[in-house]
Parts: sequence; structure tokens; C-alpha cells
Amino acid sequence: MIRRLVPGALTFLLLGLVIGGAFAGLLRAAGTADYGAFLESRYTQRIVTFTVWQALLSTLLSVGPAILVARALARRVFPGRALLLRLFGLPLVLPTLVGILGVVAICGQSGLFNRLLAGLGIAPHQFLYSLPGILIAHAFFNLPLATRLLLPVWSAIPGETWRLATQLGMRSRHVFRLIEWPLLRQVLPGIAGIVFMLCFTSFAVVLTLGGGPANSTIEVALYQAVRFEFDLGKAVQFALLQVAICGLLVAAGQRLVPDVPLTPTAQRPQDRPDVAAWGGRIVDAAVLLAAAAFVLLPLGAVLRNGLAGPVGAVIADRALWLAVARSLGVAVAAGLLATAAGWCLLLTSRELRLRRYRPRPAAALETIASLVLVVSPLVIGTGLFVLLSPVADVFAIGLVLVIAINAIMGLPYVVRTLGPPLMRMGEQHDRLCASLGIAGWNRLRLVEWPLLRRPVGTALALTAALAVGDLGVIALFGTQGTTTLPLLLYQRMAAYQLDAAAVTAVVLAALCFGLFAVIERGVGGRGQH
Amino acid sequence: MHRFLLLLALSLGLLSAGAASAETPTLTIYTYNSFTSEWGPGPAVTKAFEATCACKIDWVALEDGAALLSRLLLEGKNTKADLVLGLDTSLTAEATATGLFAPHSLDLKNLKLPIAWADPVFVPFDYGYFAVVYDKTKLPNPPTSLKELVEGDPSQKILLEDPRSSTPGLGFMLWIKEVYGDKAGEAWTRLAPRILTTSKGWSEAYGLFTQGEAPMVLSYTTSPAYHIIEEKTDKYAAAPFAEGHYMQVEVAGRIAGSPHGDLAGKFLAFMITPAFQDQIPTTNWMYPVSDVTGGLPKEFGQLVQPAKSLLFAPEEVAAHRKQWIDEWSQATSQ
Repeated sequence: MIRRLVPGALTFLLLGLVIGGAFAGLLRAAGTADYGAFLESRYTQRIVTFTVWQALLSTLLSVGPAILVARALARRVFPGRALLLRLFGLPLVLPTLVGILGVVAICGQSGLFNRLLAGLGIAPHQFLYSLPGILIAHAFFNLPLATRLLLPVWSAIPGETWRLATQLGMRSRHVFRLIEWPLLRQVLPGIAGIVFMLCFTSFAVVLTLGGGPANSTIEVALYQAVRFEFDLGKAVQFALLQVAICGLLVAAGQRLVPDVPLTPTAQRPQDRPDVAAWGGRIVDAAVLLAAAAFVLLPLGAVLRNGLAGPVGAVIADRALWLAVARSLGVAVAAGLLATAAGWCLLLTSRELRLRRYRPRPAAALETIASLVLVVSPLVIGTGLFVLLSPVADVFAIGLVLVIAINAIMGLPYVVRTLGPPLMRMGEQHDRLCASLGIAGWNRLRLVEWPLLRRPVGTALALTAALAVGDLGVIALFGTQGTTTLPLLLYQRMAAYQLDAAAVTAVVLAALCFGLFAVIERGVGGRGQH
Repeated sequence: MHRFLLLLALSLGLLSAGAASAETPTLTIYTYNSFTSEWGPGPAVTKAFEATCACKIDWVALEDGAALLSRLLLEGKNTKADLVLGLDTSLTAEATATGLFAPHSLDLKNLKLPIAWADPVFVPFDYGYFAVVYDKTKLPNPPTSLKELVEGDPSQKILLEDPRSSTPGLGFMLWIKEVYGDKAGEAWTRLAPRILTTSKGWSEAYGLFTQGEAPMVLSYTTSPAYHIIEEKTDKYAAAPFAEGHYMQVEVAGRIAGSPHGDLAGKFLAFMITPAFQDQIPTTNWMYPVSDVTGGLPKEFGQLVQPAKSLLFAPEEVAAHRKQWIDEWSQATSQ
């Protein structure tokens, strides 16, 4: 049935049109370029080395601890667990500057940490403004994300496995080595890939906490080429270099370990044989406390700064609520588009994997969908602008472009969250559906939706919340009538109103949090996550 | 499922609520974001001009001056802009070279600028001086010259902006170049240990400064005026430097071949009248280029008056910027 390949092909085409169109637009405006000289330049080599190096370290420091945190979360049930997981969704969706100020309030020169040291009579220690600063901030943004993405691994372990493990008297390390690790290593490349790409293209964090130009990423050079040198040829070269490096590394990661879909099943943490041991309890408590402190303290600082500001005046401002409405509109539209597109793509990759036994092209499809994370919004925005401005009123369709680009940026998360359950659906229900003759809309409504609504809810919530926090894209197409909440926050800062900006940041965080909860509940239904 | 569809309908509704358009003659002005924000000069300026012109102003707000220039270069002759407001003198040479701008034909002899203005294309609308702003409670003895800043105690840190992504960052780099000339590289190397960090833009640096990360930040001589007027505190002050202060002059220009050329010309003339200039001191926190109603706010009297105004010719900046940025990058990367 060739029909089953159509949804993914369409999404792929759309993706190709937008990304390919952007590159085509840039290339046309850029003319010819000398790629050899570019690659041999010492400057290029230096920033490429630093970019890869800091991204590798950041990934290691985000994903490594995330394994411990996710494992502790999987093993324990405690009051506030659901809240903690929701709060873990926040760092990534906050505007970078807000996150940076939060991290600085804890780890900075006059941050909480140094004040505590001073209280103990120890001289303050400056460690933030160089590579460690970059790594701490990247871990703050990405560790919670990695934790959330890793957690479903544990629900893929069936109850029978745990019963068997109990009968065999397995201890914690055996459980990890024989049961958990084999599953983890299947999903790690994909998750590490996402984190790597996010750190690879990091810009504001690297500049602001990096200390100086010695620590610059390719993204910085790209920005400089577009904005200050107006050298689009060079910009294209940097953008292609980003895609090439990330593509190679991500593909290598997947070649190393095939990314096999997991099968989530319902079970409770208490079924495990290793939950009662005191050693494990202490380790888990320590890990969870450390992770909670690491993520929640900066968030708490953001909240405290906000509540100390002119809350009443900011809340009473009409512009705030207009921006909230606009942000919500953009976010939900982008989230829906991303979820729908991701779903289509996954339907096709499922068809390829399960019915046609072609796992390679299926994996390639998913990889390409996640690679969009390394294409800078600046590149897509500028390229599309060049391409579209002769034929359309770019300002009139500005919001549409903002939604489309945000949706594309959300695709990797959809593929990651929705992919595994969709594959399981296929494995378990394809034959039944075929024998009962359930297909098309009926199959979607009767079979897929009830089983998929929870991951669909999660995917939608995540992509929508990400779009709420977007600044990079909206700043490219901004006109007077399109001020979203993050843009408003930056306008406050630019007008010296740092107190009011702090309040706006709290409103923004609350909006992301609320949107997340409402969508996850409303679309995904009630129940344990 | 129906909830999914309901959300779709809801989001489309929310979006359409934000859209609006009109049919009266519309003057499209490209500017930077903070100019048109609720707290910038934009709203009052729009109201005052629309009251006189029987037209409507459509602002297109981009990130900053550099974004304005790169947008113009992208659009070329097809630009939607009738007028561009918010470039500064480090960008005007390249902007003029695009050939997109038309001469202003205004008499600007009576402008109150600290320098002579002879540009036939661009009309200045405000100016300011870059300065090291410091926290008096943390730094009782601030540097009194650029030399003292460069050679001073490296444990007293300063927050700078990156010249590759920020206007003040570029301004400071030009300041060092103007004062140190061929020795600018050495000065940067000497200053490097004092730099806590070099942030992407002014907002990051100023946010870190007010959070107490460092006692000094690169900003404007007029920055303390905000804290004095709006926050009633004189905790922050600008340090007067003996070598003089580098200037930023912000300008606007009209696009040749725009269908609203007359209207754009009128706006340029309006821009140097009190109706526009009155807004500048306390919304853009810069100096006006002509008389304002009732004079400057009295708090501006407390601000640093630079002994000397430093400014490179736009052509010189355009010709050397890349080379100077390389010099900065190498000197501070060691």
C-alpha cells in the first residue's frame, strides 16, 4: 500500500521545502564561495574545535547525570514527584537570558553559593565565566530535558521481567547491567543527539558565560557573517558545516547502536527487587536532592526576583495580556503543526520498519527530522526571507512563518516522544486491525487515539511550551502587531526595566508551566506519567 | 480527539485576534525593537506625527541597527521601507553605499550636536556617549581614564558586550582604537584579565551588572539618569574618562524611490522638532539633537559631561571594522 508512505513523504517534502528553500535562498543571494580556503582557515578550525569540544562535554554532563536522575525517579514514588517532573520541563523553554540570570543568581560572583561560602568565612570563588560556566548552564537547560526523555525507558520494562529479577534475587547493579542498560543504550544515541545539537548551536550562553571571544561557537561566527559582514556566502558555509558535523556525529551514534523503539507497559516502581535496600534509598535520595537543587534553585531565583518586582503594575498592563494571547496562539498552532507533522512522518517510518522491513530508511527519516535542530533559525529566517520577499508580503505572513519555523524546530521532540509508542501500536495491533478490516479514520479514532493520546499530549505540550519561549524566530520577523511575551520581556530589559522584566519572566514561566499541564492533562488524559 | 481539534480552532482564533490592517496612506518605518516598544519613544511619536499627516505609521521593528542594515541589503530595491530609523554612524557608510537612500535636503546647521554634521543622506535624531557605569557602593574609586581602566586592578571586573553582536560592544572597541591607535591590541591584552565576560548584547551585560556580578559595565553616560528618575537612586554613576568618550549618533534616512517620499521627508523634518525630540531623554535615554520643551530634565544635570567627544568617520569604520574586530579577537583570546 503505497498510500501509507504518503503522510511521511508529504511532511518530508514540506520540511525539504522550508529548509531547502532557506538554503537555496541564501545560496542565490550569496553567489559563489571558496569552500577549500574556508575550511583551511585557522579561525574556522579553532571555532569548530571549540564548538565540538564544549558540545561533547555539555552532552556528557547533561545526559550522564540524567541517567542517574531518571533511574532514581523510576525507582521511587514520593510526594511532589509529578510536580518535580513538570518543573523539569521549564528550563529548556525559558528564554536563554532568563535561565542565565537564574544560574548566575546561584553560581555567580555574588550568587547564593558564594554568599554561603562567605558566611562560612571562605573567600568567594569565581568559576562561572569560562568553560565551566558554559557547561553548568548547558546542564541546567538540558539535564532536565534528558531526564524527561529517558524516563519512558523504565516503563518499557514489563512486570514479568521484574518478577523474574526478584526470583533470581538480583541486586541493584545486576538490574542495571542486565535489564536497564540494554534498553538505555538503545535510546541514548537519540537523546544525546538532541542535547548535543542544542549545545552545538548555543549562542547567548556561550558568549555570556564563556568569558571572551576565545570561547566562540560556529553559531556566533554565523551571526557575525549575516549581521555584521553581510557575507551570506560565508554564512552558508558555516551553516552547512554545522549540518555536516552534526549529521556525521548523529549518524555515527545511530550506526553504533540501532535506535530500537521501546514498548512501554503499565507497572509500578514497587515491582522492582531493588527498591527496599537502604543503600539504594540513600543514593536515590542524594541524586534526587542534588538534581532538584541544581534545577530548582535557579528557577527559584527567577521566581524570587520576579516577586520582588512591580508585580501589580506588570500584571495590570494590557500589552502583557495581548502578548500572552499572541504567544499562546503561536505556541498552540506551532505545537499542533509539529505534532501533526511528526505523527505523519512516524506513520511512514512505521510502515517502512514494520511492514516493509526497511529499518534503515525509516531511521534515516527520523534522523533527518531531528537534524533540523542544528539549522539556525537565523539561517532559516534569512533564507526564507530572500526566497519569499519577491513573491509575497513577508510581514503580512510573518506570524505564519514564525509558526512554521517553530513547528519545524519542535519536530525532533515529537519524533522522540511519539515514536516509540507508535511503533509498539503497530507491532501489537497491525494484524488485528487487518483482520477486522479497521483502517483509515476508523483505525485512528478507535485504535490509535485511545492508546496514543498520552504521548500525543506530551509531544504537543512540549512543542507548544518551546514555542512560547521562542525569541530567535520572532525577532527576525517582528512587526509592531506581533509582540510575543519573550519579545516583551526583552523590550522591558532594553528600556532599563529589569524589575518589570523579572516579573514578566515569571509570567512567562507560569504560562509555559500552565500550558504544559493543561495540554498534557487535556489531550493526554488523566493518569500517571 | 475532539480536544485536539478544539485546540486547533482556538489557536487560529487567538491568532486572528492579533491581526489588523488599514487602508489610509501608510508610512512604513523600519526601526529597532526598543524604539517602538511601549516604553520607547514610538507610541508618543506615532501619535504626534499621525495628528499632523493624515497618514498612518507602520513600524517594522527588528533587533537592532545591524539587523536593519542587513534587512535592507537583503531586500535591496524591493524594500517595503519608506524610511529607516535607528542606524548609527558605524553603519551609515555601508548604508549609503547601498544606494537605497535619498538625500534629506534639510538644513541641519542648528542641530545641537557636539560634532559638525555634514551627512547629506542621514538625519541624526539622538546621540549619547558610551561610558563605564559603576556601582558606587562597591567601587568607591572608579577609574578616571581609559588608561586607568586598562591598567587597573584586575580583581575589579567589568562586563563588556561583544563587538560582533552588539552596538555598545562595537562602540567600546572603537573607543579603544581611537585612544590607543596602533597599540589597541596591547591595550586589549592588558585589559583582558579585568573583563568578567563579554556578553551577546547590552541587556545581558546590564542584567548581570544590576544583579551584582561586577562593579562596572559598559553602557552610556545617560544610564544613571534612568535610575535617578525612575528608581530614585543614585547608586549607579558613569565614570568620566580623561581621554574623552566615544559617541553614538543615531540617524534616520529615507528610501529613494519610495511611493511615500514626501511623507518620509515630512517625517525627517518632524523628527528634529520638539514633538519628537521631547520623547528622547526619558524614553530612549539619550540626548536630543535639538531644543526640547522646558529643557532637559534636571536630573540630566548630574550626568557626566565628556571632556571630549570621540567619533570615527563612518567610512573609516566601514573600511577597518573587520580588521579591528580580528585584532580585538586575537588580543583577548590569548
